[in-house]
Amino acid sequence: MQKHTFTIALFLSCLGLVGLAQYNWLDQYILTVIMFMGINIILSSSLNIINGYMGEFACGHAGFMCVGAYVSSVLSVAIFAKDKVFGAPMLPPDLAWIGFPAIILAGALVAALTGLIVALPSFKTRGDYLAIITIAANYMVISAIENMDIIGGPRGFQGMKRVINSMYDVADIPWMLIWIIIGTLFSIFLIRRFVTSTYGKGIIAISQDEVAAEIMSINTNKMKISAFMLSAGLAGLAGGLFAHVYGYVNPQSFSIMKSTECMVMVYLGGMGSLSGSVLSAIIFTVLIEALRFIIPEVDSLMHSIGILPDSYEISQVWKWVIIPMILFFLMQFRPEGIFGNRELPDSFPKLRKFYSFK
Amino acid sequence: MPLLEIKNMTQRFGGLQAVSDFNISIEEGQLLALIGPNGAGKTTVFNLTSGFYQPTEGTIFFDGKPTAGLKPHQVTAMGIARTFQNIRLWHDMTVLDNIRISQHYRMGYNIFDAFLRTKRYREQERSIDNTAWEMLEAMSLKEYAYERPKNLPYGLQRRVEIARAMSIRPKLLLLDEPAAGLNSADVEGLIKLIRWIHTEFDITIWMIEHQMKVVMSLCEHIKVIDFGSTIADGTPEEIQANPVVIKAYLGDDTI
Amino acid sequence: METLLQGFLQYIINSLQWGSFYALIAVGYTLVYGVLLLINFAHGDIFMVGAYIAFFISSMLITYLGGMAGGWTLVALAVPLTMLLTACVGVTLERVAYRPLRRKGAHRLYVVITALMCGLILENGNLALLGASRKKFPEMVDTIVLSIGGASITNLKLLVIFAAVAVFLFLHWIVTKTKLGMAMRAVSFDKFAVPLMGIPLNTVIVFTFILGSGFAGLAGLLFAMSYPILEPYMGALIGWKAFIAAVVGGIGDIRGAFIGGFLLAFIEIGVASVLPSSFRDLFAFSILLVILWIKPTGLFGVAKTTKI
Repeated sequence: MQKHTFTIALFLSCLGLVGLAQYNWLDQYILTVIMFMGINIILSSSLNIINGYMGEFACGHAGFMCVGAYVSSVLSVAIFAKDKVFGAPMLPPDLAWIGFPAIILAGALVAALTGLIVALPSFKTRGDYLAIITIAANYMVISAIENMDIIGGPRGFQGMKRVINSMYDVADIPWMLIWIIIGTLFSIFLIRRFVTSTYGKGIIAISQDEVAAEIMSINTNKMKISAFMLSAGLAGLAGGLFAHVYGYVNPQSFSIMKSTECMVMVYLGGMGSLSGSVLSAIIFTVLIEALRFIIPEVDSLMHSIGILPDSYEISQVWKWVIIPMILFFLMQFRPEGIFGNRELPDSFPKLRKFYSFK
Repeated sequence: MPLLEIKNMTQRFGGLQAVSDFNISIEEGQLLALIGPNGAGKTTVFNLTSGFYQPTEGTIFFDGKPTAGLKPHQVTAMGIARTFQNIRLWHDMTVLDNIRISQHYRMGYNIFDAFLRTKRYREQERSIDNTAWEMLEAMSLKEYAYERPKNLPYGLQRRVEIARAMSIRPKLLLLDEPAAGLNSADVEGLIKLIRWIHTEFDITIWMIEHQMKVVMSLCEHIKVIDFGSTIADGTPEEIQANPVVIKAYLGDDTI
Repeated sequence: METLLQGFLQYIINSLQWGSFYALIAVGYTLVYGVLLLINFAHGDIFMVGAYIAFFISSMLITYLGGMAGGWTLVALAVPLTMLLTACVGVTLERVAYRPLRRKGAHRLYVVITALMCGLILENGNLALLGASRKKFPEMVDTIVLSIGGASITNLKLLVIFAAVAVFLFLHWIVTKTKLGMAMRAVSFDKFAVPLMGIPLNTVIVFTFILGSGFAGLAGLLFAMSYPILEPYMGALIGWKAFIAAVVGGIGDIRGAFIGGFLLAFIEIGVASVLPSSFRDLFAFSILLVILWIKPTGLFGVAKTTKI
């Protein structure tokens, strides 16, 4: 029983969260932050498969997110909503809540297939050259979508709110929060099971010595395909959820900048540490939101004590100076990240008693 | 039928002929050595045998089947395991994981089994685990199971690397300079270990070695190459007396 | 027929001009990579900083010397000043960010991440300090349109192309004839041999950063003169593209940076002339991907053989 404490606690807290949202005890703003936290957890832990466990340097994670976001958005609008381009809904909108997981998974699947753009060159190419391929893939995805006028091109695509609203018509529960909790747990579950199996540990062997891995009977090409597709697929899943939380997607929101955010989270948490990725995604989301409030405070404080000239105002842009600065100092003084390649119970062995998540 | 048969194997890198017209036929159960001065092309022969390079010319038959066009992991799965001149363990994983992961060749499950933890997955993992522990026990490495190789002394790292290769349950074990970097006490241990593996697991061993002590006390047959070509072939006593070999090692100039 | 030829000539001129920008930036990536095996992800932003430095210097020159000296004299003054100051930025980055990591013997990846973060700090720091308003670069020289075989070329375009060719020849001279340049090539082969030649390793590295950042500054100045609107994110996209050009040419090779830069420009402008310009990135990146697929180490890159 004790071994399941962790699982039960996790389950109960998720249930509690949904309950709080249901009875409006949680501010809409806090709810949104929590949802982004979930999406960031998926993003950072899925990128950790490649950049952490496999030791590659992929910088185009947002590209796959973009594919997932668009595919699932278009599908959900085409199937469950009345739209100018796609006409009447193909299925009654009442069924949206049943079809939604399938739609998100379809987006993830297409994203996983897009992952092949990077996976196939990775057979021959490693390191810096592979980094360039991932960047190119990111740009290609965005550019391709900007050139598809039917789904809005550079103007973006919307209509997903209508699908979500038709879920609310069926039952008045916090649908998106529920989907995000399920998606996050599902992703962590898959990654966890992948990297703890002897099969999945093959990618750790590749990162430590690829030649030895190939000669010790690991099919390195197959492992790379699995890793890239899993990582890209989960990024697509995160993208699909992201699109439905916002109700609007725009190709530019999946630019290299977004990919960089994902990388910041991975390296902040520690390469090859799943608990690190989860924790750093939480810290990162909270930090971004906290800075939103802290920066104006600092601004008014500095103006009131007269350090700053009146003409200058500390703007929100400083957020993106402070965050890279944090990672900069992290690399100087604790480059392995918060957890290194260890997991939570490695650092706190007492936790093992409550934990059989393997 | 010989276990390994290499016929007229030649390997060229650009203009350099690293191995030329190499022939060998290894019978099951043999323990033999490949020696030669530095840069003679010994490791290249091993790289070709293990599928890391494809030979420019010639054929390699293992167990009666050609290995041409196979990737290294496929060649390994056929039953050829090897160690490396400079130890290439996965240094940031435990010794146990090193040995577990090398059993990828008989991974009887796929990624979805891993996700769903199916019966097949559990059975395979258990069997992999058992093999790993058996191997650790047999190689008396059990107490180091949860250590990381980078924290172990050099001699033990060698032993782990041999254990890792043996966990593949190979028919042929290639050892690339197993005694390199060991002190004399470790070398004694290594000789015992190799002899023990050879009889206990009843496998064929082919090694590259510089230390004559190791070669002479272990091998029944020695092949000498220089500049990619075979210059001598025979029992240890014959090789020691062979003037061509002495010349290759000591150079032409007689003082 | 005549117009077709004209169009083709115009295409070549435009591509050469764009290619020159790419090449001047790409060479910075390549030089640093050749010596440190480090992708200096901040380099695109050093180009941006160079453009801003050029902006301040030019404005100052025009204010103080505007009446006394002609336009070209001002440019002749602005070029070395901009290059010098941008080189200082590059070297500062090296000293503050990369060298401490190198001294600790940190993993290469950590240095790359640091570089990426430095780029972000430069970009957003600039935006935060100078504000979001775009800067209009002052006009120093009058644009003269020349006509060659029906195709038009401005004196500025000529200057840009000339600068790229000059930089190439200069660099070629540096790495083949000077002791420091030869040491740069030697470092990439063997880090430990260079101190034996009597040149401290850090001198070589600083010299490399001076060269790379200096040329990025030059590119910034020329770019600002040709397209006189400055904004903090101007270095990001062009930087990524120049990096890709360097990789396609074979990173670490000076010829490769120039060939890659020109190749990228020819592809981009070629695509934009037959398809809507929004397809430019898609096609340019796809073609480059195919090149890398066929030749994974780039056009001039040498494959590193794995030794076991």
